[in-house]
Amino acid sequence: MQLNAKIPEGPIDRKWERHRFELKLVNPANKRSFDIIVVGTGLAGGSAAASLAELGYNVKAFCFQDSPRRAHSIAAQGGINAAKNYQNDGDSVFRLFYDTVKGGDYRSREANVHRLAELSLNIIDQCAAQGVPFAREYGGTLDNRSFGGAQVSRTFYARGQTGQQLLLGAYQALARQIAARRVKMYPRCEMLDVVLIDGRARGIIARDLVTGRIERHAADAVVLATGGYSNVFFLSTNAKGSNATAIWRAHRRGALFANPCFTQIHPTCIPVSGEHQSKLTLMSESLRNDGRIWVPKDADDERPAAQIPGEERDYFLERKYPSFGNLVPRDVASRNAKEVCDEGRGVGPGGLGVYLDFADAIQRVGRDTIEARYGNLFEMYEKITGEDPYTVPMRIYPALHYTMGGLWVDYNLMTNIEGLYAIGEANFSDHGANRLGASALMQGLADGYFVLPYTIGDYLAQHMGDHVDTDHPAFDAVESEVQARVDRLLAVGGSRTVDSFHRELGKLLWDSCGMAREEYGLKKALEEIPRLRAEFWRDVTVLGSGDGINQALEKAGRVADFFELAELMCRDALERTESCGGHFRVESQTPEGEALRDDDNFSYVSAWEHRGDDAEPVQHREPLEFENVKLTQRSYK
Amino acid sequence: MDLVLHVWRQSGPDAEGRMVRYEAPGVDPDMSFLEMLDVVNERLQAEGEEPIVFDHDCREGICGACGMMINGIAHGPQGGTTACQLHMRHFSDGDEIWIEPWRSAAFPVLKDLMVDRSALDRIIQAGGYISVNTGSAPDANEVLVPKTDAELAFEAAACIGCGACVAQCPNGAAHLFTAAKVSHLGLLPQGQPERRIRVERMVAQMEAEAFGSCTNHRECEIVCPKEISIDYIARMNRDFLGTKLRGQLQAKAG
Repeated sequence: MQLNAKIPEGPIDRKWERHRFELKLVNPANKRSFDIIVVGTGLAGGSAAASLAELGYNVKAFCFQDSPRRAHSIAAQGGINAAKNYQNDGDSVFRLFYDTVKGGDYRSREANVHRLAELSLNIIDQCAAQGVPFAREYGGTLDNRSFGGAQVSRTFYARGQTGQQLLLGAYQALARQIAARRVKMYPRCEMLDVVLIDGRARGIIARDLVTGRIERHAADAVVLATGGYSNVFFLSTNAKGSNATAIWRAHRRGALFANPCFTQIHPTCIPVSGEHQSKLTLMSESLRNDGRIWVPKDADDERPAAQIPGEERDYFLERKYPSFGNLVPRDVASRNAKEVCDEGRGVGPGGLGVYLDFADAIQRVGRDTIEARYGNLFEMYEKITGEDPYTVPMRIYPALHYTMGGLWVDYNLMTNIEGLYAIGEANFSDHGANRLGASALMQGLADGYFVLPYTIGDYLAQHMGDHVDTDHPAFDAVESEVQARVDRLLAVGGSRTVDSFHRELGKLLWDSCGMAREEYGLKKALEEIPRLRAEFWRDVTVLGSGDGINQALEKAGRVADFFELAELMCRDALERTESCGGHFRVESQTPEGEALRDDDNFSYVSAWEHRGDDAEPVQHREPLEFENVKLTQRSYK
Repeated sequence: MDLVLHVWRQSGPDAEGRMVRYEAPGVDPDMSFLEMLDVVNERLQAEGEEPIVFDHDCREGICGACGMMINGIAHGPQGGTTACQLHMRHFSDGDEIWIEPWRSAAFPVLKDLMVDRSALDRIIQAGGYISVNTGSAPDANEVLVPKTDAELAFEAAACIGCGACVAQCPNGAAHLFTAAKVSHLGLLPQGQPERRIRVERMVAQMEAEAFGSCTNHRECEIVCPKEISIDYIARMNRDFLGTKLRGQLQAKAG
């Protein structure tokens, strides 16, 4: 299979403009004759559904939550990047592009990232016009903060609830189109498979989570905006419902899955408190602007933080990376936290934590300023831990947060299946091996507001008057497969709950394919995961029936897919013997313990093809070429 | 600690519901309320009983999915907190806890603690937005917003749409929810062109749903997990009245 990324010709800063001119258009009257399915209503899906409907397409939007406003984008805290250079500190589109490619450890496509940086400008304009209440200066202009991996202030924010406010902007735009009957909304409805006809995506099979009915939906194109797959680890910062089923089912139908092992560990999460833990809570990375990270120098130091004098503290990020200090990228911050904990210097129960201390910042700018910046985060921390971070340093530890990998897409955001698109976190495109803070919101909205609405027209224009409906035999076939799978889950009648399997899978994956990966562990995981998966299908218990609300059944389907995905992640991690970004292979590090890339051998996107349950997946490679960015060993010293 | 739970079980929208008693032994004070229910559910399933159904997702107090009456109080005893962020350290050994779904005619029960809150979405669809198509926005700094207005708008916009305000209100009114959106958009310069039509339509939709009227009990404000003030209801009422009076004057002027 030849992968064609369809990157336009020309200089990097003219590619998107040129491409937009070359894309075929659908005239306004004809747009009405096209149906588009959008699955997921987060920043990418919500913005895409609203924008496509504004253009005149008929949109069917799906979400498993009870309302499109609850998609997990809502939980993003810190902010959204844009190269506005409002702060006059030397930012530019090129600098944002450069920072993003570098931050991604040179494993992303230059052309995609440059487009993202260009569109960052439009996103802020659009969101401000929608009434997103961004933070403001006294003169009424927009305020910015700085974020990890950058030396300029380009992050726009709405206290620590930026994702919520941006999502509500997209949700309201979507609500407007629902009221105008341009979008038909299907809440509490979960996509369980995609339907292909003659190699093109022509619809989905979804389960109505209230009635339990398996339903068919036909369309001219299908857009997957279903987010990432961090929940494969059971404990992650994702919402409990976040899952990989839509993209995994698409993968099983032929869509390539790119860079599955590129996962991001977020450095600032609240440490695990016990066995009952159901998810991990992130504290925005913006906290690192003012908080200082440290552990005691002495592993045996058991004094409370306040009693440890300055000279007996190790501010390890400031010590090792004097120019970036506490603002090093996420992967670097996470690995260093793990390292000091592995040395026995971790703090809190179980020794899996480091301090994030605001005492100096409170002394410098005052408690009120800190409260204005992070008030809601401090409150959340106190609710969860029962400790007051204004007086006692926070304890943080890295946790699974974001997945850079996802469905392979070309420059048009189309997968290798005609008419099947993947946008936002569900695709692999823009973040390489590591995503910079405040870039996920940017990418989701760039894809949904400003890329897909153009590129999808190019595809549709080539398929005028070529409609199918749900009577087509392909729908019969896929529907009966979906039904059979649901029936099979209900019929196992075993003794272990879905969650108990999920926890075990997560632990296994965290140990073998988490913050550090090595050959031995990965090979072992590749033996253990299929064993555990077989046990799942033999011994899981899903009570009740499929005719109505059944949350255990919903979970069981998702976990069954996580098992298969986990295996592919390990396979991908095993194959990539270099370290890059969030993927740290123990065998590939510098003498100082930093991730060591191998550009000669691994400067490619690894895109996996499913070949059936009994066959090994096949890897395809899209070589990455860098014409505008100089490949260097990342250094934040 | 050991707790006793009384949980509303209802197998479907038309089925009859009842309170069922469950033991919850060995609860860890660091658990969240929902984690405590997870543990109960694990045990129920092991014993062959279907787990208690409840909506939940982010578990960090921002998605608005979760919500239940805990000892008669929406989201439980701790102010400014969703059920998922309520931790068991606020309860004591031996406590009995009554857990029920949101109680409101506008939120029919779907199963156990899960209700249908789509009426709230319909209020937003009636006008809770600024009509600006993708691509037609001016540069973000061209429209200045006074910092205090941006902050007041933000505080209203912080609403998570959980429905606690409705559930707690003796009248089942959705005024706090509606007022929060009316105020968020009405306080910003970008929201001015549609300010009147917005309040008119949103209030009309609110009244068309099965919500009750506001008689200033303030219980909504007390249970709101985002602590949204009823000042915003006053603001909505003023906007609504102004719009109606203006409409009458215009009609007279013919």
